[in-house]
Formats: sequence, structure tokens, C-alpha cells
Amino acid sequence: MNAKSCADAFARALPGLPGGERSELASLRRAALERFKKAGFPTTQDEDWRFTDLSPALAKPFEPTLDWAKVPAIGERPRFGARLVFVNGRFAPELSDKPAAHVRPLSEVLRETPKPVDPRMADGEGALASLNTAFFSDGALVRLTGETPAVHLLFLTGGAAGTPPMIHTRVLVLTERGSRGLVVEEHAGLGGTYFSNHVAEVFAAEGASVEHVRIQNEGLEAFHVSSTRARLAKDARYAAHAFGLGAALSRSDVLCRLEAEGADCSLNGLYLASGTQHADHHTRVIHERPHGSSRELYKGILDGKARAVFDGAIEVTPDAQKTDAKVYNKNLLLSETALINTKPEFKIHANDVQCKHGATVGQLSSDALFYLRSRGIGAVEARNLLVHAFAGEMLAALPEMLREPLNAAIDARLP
Amino acid sequence: MLEIKGLKASVAGKEILRGIDLSVKAGEVHAIMGPNGSGKSTLSHVLTGREGYTVTGGSVSYAGKDLLAMSPEDRAREGVFLAFQYPVEIPGVTNKYFLKAAYNAKRKHRGEPEASAGEFLKIIKAKAADVQMNPEFLNRSVNEGFSGGEKKRNEILQMAVLEPKLALLDETDSGLDIDALKTVAAGINAMRSPQRAFVVITHYQRLLDYIVPDQIHVLAGGRIVKSGGKELALQLEKEGYAFLEKAAA
Repeated sequence: MNAKSCADAFARALPGLPGGERSELASLRRAALERFKKAGFPTTQDEDWRFTDLSPALAKPFEPTLDWAKVPAIGERPRFGARLVFVNGRFAPELSDKPAAHVRPLSEVLRETPKPVDPRMADGEGALASLNTAFFSDGALVRLTGETPAVHLLFLTGGAAGTPPMIHTRVLVLTERGSRGLVVEEHAGLGGTYFSNHVAEVFAAEGASVEHVRIQNEGLEAFHVSSTRARLAKDARYAAHAFGLGAALSRSDVLCRLEAEGADCSLNGLYLASGTQHADHHTRVIHERPHGSSRELYKGILDGKARAVFDGAIEVTPDAQKTDAKVYNKNLLLSETALINTKPEFKIHANDVQCKHGATVGQLSSDALFYLRSRGIGAVEARNLLVHAFAGEMLAALPEMLREPLNAAIDARLP
Repeated sequence: MLEIKGLKASVAGKEILRGIDLSVKAGEVHAIMGPNGSGKSTLSHVLTGREGYTVTGGSVSYAGKDLLAMSPEDRAREGVFLAFQYPVEIPGVTNKYFLKAAYNAKRKHRGEPEASAGEFLKIIKAKAADVQMNPEFLNRSVNEGFSGGEKKRNEILQMAVLEPKLALLDETDSGLDIDALKTVAAGINAMRSPQRAFVVITHYQRLLDYIVPDQIHVLAGGRIVKSGGKELALQLEKEGYAFLEKAAA
């Protein structure tokens, strides 16, 4: 797969995509494809992709057209609110709750009005997100008004025999002034090889409070890239929790713009990687106006020959006096062969600010292990206890109902 | 209960214990005193199976079993307890959870049913009251942000919950003011019983005012150079450890 094969596939795909060939949305898609063609897939020559090489993924003949997999039985799964389920990028009504005013499939919304749902949609996005804009087949529109009930968006993706699919899904969160809500995105695998490319856009209006949980639990042969962009108005609050558990290779980009005074964002993340998994988390927080605050903590647990990348940049523009910003990355390496490249960084152009950053890389404490064992706790249990204790901080930051299911998901991924 | 014969051990190739003989019977309290660097802490670490210590000679029999052949966790489950000189902080693991895991590991080892959360809560609340620990500390991370005295008290709480047969107390008095020392000593004394033995390792005689030993051994240069009754502590207090340097040479 390369930029050209994607472009060729676009003409074939467009008639079947929401909005079709002749709509305002189709124009948006065409423009996005042009941006993508110009930029191409990122390579390790790009500063932001120095440590993450997409070429092994691109060597596979992924097909960026629609691939309707058979809708699987999903059994009992934890639910975190009104649930919409998407299978290989298509809304699956038979697995979903009835769409409601606060959460609807994008395909349904765009059938009624085939134009960009919000004028800010697809604004300022990167190459992979542009590819998503060109190709996205479905996803959800979430509207927060007042106290809005929780929303659970479950994206199930699997690779069938033959050409592996490339799936593009999208989430758009629009908010009213002072509204509050929780949006949980869960990406899980149905087996096989596939490439999932996801985009989420969040527009937090004045005084709105959005809690956004993203669980990436793709299959271990999968490739997953995602781009999350949040824009915060005056006194808006955005709290994100990213859990990176699955995929052979994953890349998550988060861009959070604090566009007005008093905005507050917190970015929490936990990534686990073992075997030969590669997990890359890039975040960028831009303080554009005074009195904003941002808190960021990403933790990583790496085992085997896993490799992780963390790049957390905070930018404070000249106008953003009285900014209070912190970014930390802490890593626990369980093997001698795991590797982390970490870079928390600041670009500060204002003089009256409080900014702190730091990164740690460590192993399990042999003192703590011995202390536990000296009390009769077995070696394996002692190790698990300490690993869980390290992860526990990120679970504690979650809304209550998510803690236990996430704990179980983490358990399943730990050695 | 504990028979140490000719125990030699080294750390990083350096011999620290150079032939220790010690016999402790159930119901007895033994004190091991000695200057810094004499091998007191090495002895407690070797007995509890800490990594990094190589036993190069001798044997240790505990309740008729070869103690040195057991893993650290099995030693604990069999009833050996070390009160650490420097208790370890474990962020993210609550004291309560930690104690329950330890308690149930021991019960499982004995083939007894594990205690439920409710049952255990009752036990631990009573034990915390015994050692005058604020129950709030049970919900805090193990030793995290505890003062020196609180950490030592937490060691005594663990001992009270695990009810060992053989308790090794490594410099339990270090860093304690006199009130904390009294509380900790009272906790230990309350646990003295004909079925339980204590080995109290200390640099100072002070602790032995509160925990009166049956026997005192003086460790110097990796050997026990003198043994005697509790009056030996007073002699050491008066004359210091200087006279031992000759004896050890």
C-alpha cells in the first residue's frame, strides 16, 4: 500500500461512503485526499516519526475501501453507557442500542445532511487524519447538552482472509455551553491483520466538561493509528484517559488546544507493550490564552522486546501568561530488552508561567520485591502486585465504572 | 527452634560472616549486639533469604528443616519474620491489601481456608488497636510517607498479624524516640510466648531496657566473640565495643 494506491482506491470507494460523490462532504473528502497525496505516509525522515516506522505495515496490501465483515456475536462485554457498535468501520444496529439525540452514527447523520457536521471538522489535521477524512466510512456524532448520559463507542475490527482491510472511523464530539459528559471509545480486535485509522475531534464549548476515555485493545497482528484533537473554549475542561494495550504497532497523536482563558486539560495515559509490540504516544498541548492549566501523566509498562515512544510537547504562546502546565512520563521496564524513547518538552514563549516536566525509566524495585516475599507473598504474585501498583494510579483517575473492566483488560495483557 | 552452625556468608566476594554458631529455643529472646559492620544485618538477610548474599559454609536448621534451602516466601510461610531496619515503601499497594495477601499466603501454605475481606478486616482492626496504630494507616500505601516511628510500628503490626514462630528484629530501635520505642517494645513483649522465639539485633543497649533478653551475643568481625546474660549489655554500654577488636583479631 502506498499513497498512490490509496488515491486510486478513493474513486472506487467514494460512491459508497457517507455523503456520496456529489455533496459538500465529498468536496471535503477530495480536499483531504489532495492534502494526503501531497504529504504522503509519514516516514522515519519526519522528525515526529523518527522512532516509528510504518513501512512494514505499508508493505502489506491493505485495501482502503469498504470491507463489510460479517457481524460477529460479541457476547457479554462491559458496557459504559449508551452503546453504538461498529464492525469493520460500519455501524452494526443489531449489536447497538438505539441511537439517541446525544449519540448517532455519522452515516445516519450524513444521510440526512451530507455536509461537514461542523465547520471546524478536519481543520488543521495531519496526513493520516486527512486520509481518514477522505475515507471514513462511519463513526459517531456525540452531542453533549447539560448533563449528558455516558456514551460507549465500540469499534470492532478484524482481518478476513485475502486482502487485509484498512478501516477508517471517526468520532465527533460537539458540546453546548456548560454541558458535561463521558465518551468512551473502545477499539478491539476480531483477529487477523488489519489497519485501523481513527480520528476523534472534540469541541469543548465555554464551561463544558468532557471526559474522554480511549481504550486501544486491538489484536496483536493489527496496526492502529489514531489522531485525537480537542479544542477548548473559555473555562472548558477536557480530561482524557488513553489506554494503549494492543496492536503490533500503534501510534496515537493527541493535540489539545486551549483556545480561551481558564481552559483546563488533563491527559492521562497508560501503555503496555510486550513481545515485539511497538507503541508510540505523541501529545501536544498548546496554551493560547492566559490562566490555562494542563496536567499530563503517561505511564508505560514494557516487557520482552517491546518498544515504546513518548513525546509530550507543551507549547505556551506569548499570550498565555499564568499558564500552569505539567507533563510527566514514567516507565517500568520488565525486561533487559525492552526500549523506551521518551521526550517530554516545553516550548515557552511567555514569561509568567509555571511549567514542569520529567521522565523516569526504571525497573521493579528489588527491595520492594524482597519485602513482599519476606512476608510470604510468592515471587510471581509479588511482581504482579508491584506492576499493578504502578498501573493503579492511572486506573484510580478513571470514572469508577471503568476501573474494574480496565483492570481486567490490563491483567489479560500483562505477562 | 533455630540452630546455626559454622555459618559463613559473603557479599560481592567479601566474607562478612566468618563462622556463626547460635542456638535459639522456643520461648527465648536472644540479643545480638555488635559494632557497625560486624555482620548483624548480613545475618538477618541471610536468614531470610535476601538475594546478593552467598552462603559459603555452615548450616541453618529451623524447626528441623534446612532453612537455607527455602525461598524467602517459604521461610515466611513457615513462620520466620524479619522486622526490617529500613521498611520499604510500596506506593500503590495499600497496607490492608498487602497484609491480607501475606496473611492468606500463609494460611494457604498451611492448607487453611483464606480469610474473606470481611473476616480479615476484623482481625486487622483488632491488631492495629493492639499496636496503637491509627486505622487510617491501613488504607494508605505500605509505608509511604510514614514517619520512622510509624514504619517501625507497621513492622510490629505485620508481625502481630502473621504470628511468626521466629521473629528477627533488625535494629528495630533505630530512629525511634523514647515514646515510640516504648510502644514498639510493648508490642513485642505482648507477643512473647513459650512457642515463639525472638532474635533482637541492635547496636545499642537501650532497646534491651525494654525487651529483656535471655541471652546476649556479641558479634564482631563476622563471629560471635562473647555470649552471656543480660548483664553483658551493661558491660558493653560502659566499656564500648573497643575491647572486642582484640578478641576478634
